[in-house]
Amino acid sequence: MPPNPHRLVPPNSARAALLVVEGLWAWYRRNWRATAISNFVQPVLFLLAMGVGFGSQVQPGDATGGLRYVVFLAPALIVTAAVQSAMFESTYAVFSAFRWQKTYLGIVSTPITPAQVLYGQLLWIALKLAAGATAFLLVAALLGAVTSPAAVFAVPFAVLSGMAFSAPVVAFTATREKPEAFTGLYRFVLIPMTLFTGAFFPISQLPGWLHPLAWVTPVWHGIELARGVSFGSLDPLPALGHIAYLAAVAAVGVVLARRYFHRRLAV
Amino acid sequence: MTGLLDRAGPGNRVGLLFRIVPPGLYAGRAHVLVERAFLVNRRAWLSVVSGFFEPVLFLLSLGFGFGKLVATVAGPGGPLPYAEFVAPALLAASAMNGAVFDTTYNLFFKFKYAKVYDAVLATPMGPVDIALGEATWALLRGGLYSAGFLAVMLGFGLVASPWALLALPACLLVAVAFAAVGMAATTFMRSWQDFDLVQLFVLPLFLFSTTFFPLAVYPPVLQTVVQFTPLYHAVELTRALTTGFVGWGLLVHVGYFLVMATIGGVVATKRLGRLLTA
Repeated sequence: MPPNPHRLVPPNSARAALLVVEGLWAWYRRNWRATAISNFVQPVLFLLAMGVGFGSQVQPGDATGGLRYVVFLAPALIVTAAVQSAMFESTYAVFSAFRWQKTYLGIVSTPITPAQVLYGQLLWIALKLAAGATAFLLVAALLGAVTSPAAVFAVPFAVLSGMAFSAPVVAFTATREKPEAFTGLYRFVLIPMTLFTGAFFPISQLPGWLHPLAWVTPVWHGIELARGVSFGSLDPLPALGHIAYLAAVAAVGVVLARRYFHRRLAV
Repeated sequence: MTGLLDRAGPGNRVGLLFRIVPPGLYAGRAHVLVERAFLVNRRAWLSVVSGFFEPVLFLLSLGFGFGKLVATVAGPGGPLPYAEFVAPALLAASAMNGAVFDTTYNLFFKFKYAKVYDAVLATPMGPVDIALGEATWALLRGGLYSAGFLAVMLGFGLVASPWALLALPACLLVAVAFAAVGMAATTFMRSWQDFDLVQLFVLPLFLFSTTFFPLAVYPPVLQTVVQFTPLYHAVELTRALTTGFVGWGLLVHVGYFLVMATIGGVVATKRLGRLLTA
C-alpha cells in the first residue's frame, strides 16, 4: 500500500524546534522595529556614556586592571546587555505567547509538542542574544574599546550567560497568570545583577557579605569569562568551572521549564 | 440645557478652568480619575512601592562603587565627591523616567487596549478631566518617589544645604513638563511598536545630560547641544539645590520647564480631545 500523503508525520525534536524558530522569525521580520532600539542601540549608548564619558573621569589603576576604563568595561557590557535582552525575551515575550498572542496555543495544536515549543523558543532567544552581542562587539571595536581579536569569544560567553538567566526565567514565566511579577524581577533581580556583579567596578569594592550573592548570578560568571578571554588572563580550570556552572543553571532551567510548558500546554 | 446643569458640580463651586473650557470638554470631576487610579493601584501596591528602589540601587552602585574609581568631579561650586555629584542627577532622571513612562506606555495601554477612557467619556467627564486626573495621579506618585529618594540622600549625607527642600517642587515641575510632552507624544503613537522610539529619546537624555559626568567632558559643539536638552536643565537645577550653590540663574531652568509644560499641555489636550471624542 502506498504511504498516505495526507498523514501527518510528527517532526523530530530538532526539526520541530527549527520550525518554531522559523515561526518566531516570520513574526519578528515584520515587527523587529519594536525592539531594535532596546536590543541594539541601548548597549552602545551605555558604552558611550559610561565607557567614554564617565571613563574619562577614571584614572587607569588597580581597579581597572591598569586598562583604560572603556576597554575594561566593554567585555562586561557585552554580558550585561545579553542578560538584559534575555530578561525581556524570557518574560513579556514568552508571557505574550502564552496569554496575549497565544502563539504557543496555536503551535501545540499541530504535531509539535510543548517541550519542542520550549526548545524552539530558547533557541530563538539564543540567536537573538548572539546577534545583539555581535553587533555590540562590532561597535565597540569601531570605538577602539576592543584590544584583542580574542574578544570575539566574549560573544559565546555572553550568550551562555544570557541563557543561564533566560532558561530559569522562562520556567518562571510559564507558571504566571499575570505579568505583575516581572516588575519585581526586573527591579530586585536584574538591576542589582547588572550593577553589583563587577561590570562597572570590581566586586572587591563591595562589602564582603555581598560577594556570595554576586557569585550566584550568571552575570558574574559571564563577566569573568568575557573579561578573561578578552584580556588573555583566563586560566583553563576556572574557565571550565564558570562554564560548567552556567551550563548547569541553564540545564536546571530547561528541565523546570519543560515541566511547566507541558503542564500548561499539553492537551 | 441639562448639559449645563450637569456641569455645575457639587455645591456649584466652579473654578476658573471650568468657566473657560468649552462645554463637553471638562466637567470639573478630574479627582474621580485620581480616585480610580488609587483603587486600581491599591491591589498592585508592591509594584508601585518597589519603583522607589530603582534609583536607590543606582545610587548605591554609582555613588559608592563608582565613587571609588573617581575621587571628585567638577560640580557647580568646584570639585565634588562623586556620590554628591550623581545623586541629584538621579533624582531628576527618576522624575523624568516616571513621568514619561506613566504618560506613554501606561496611558497608551489604557487608551488603546483597556479602553478606560472610552468608559470615562460615557460619563459626564470630558478629555480635560482625563488629562488633569492622569497628570495629578502621576504627580502624586512621582512626588512620593522624589521625597523618598531625597530622604535616602539625606540619610547618606549627600545633602549639603537646606535649599534641597526646594528640590522636591523642582522635581514636580520637571515631572509636569515631561508628563505633558509625553502625553502629547503618545497621541501621535500608532501602535505599540512605536514605543521603542520613546527609549530613543529617554535613554540618551538619561545617559548624556551630565548625569554621570560633567559637561566639560564634551567637545564645545556637543556642550552647546547638551545645554539645549531638557534633562540637562533638570539636573543643573537639582544639583544646584542639593549642593547649595543657588543663584538667580536657576530661574532660567524653571522657565525652560514652564515653557515645555505649556507647549506639551496645549498639544496634548488638543490632540487628546480630538482622538477621544472622534
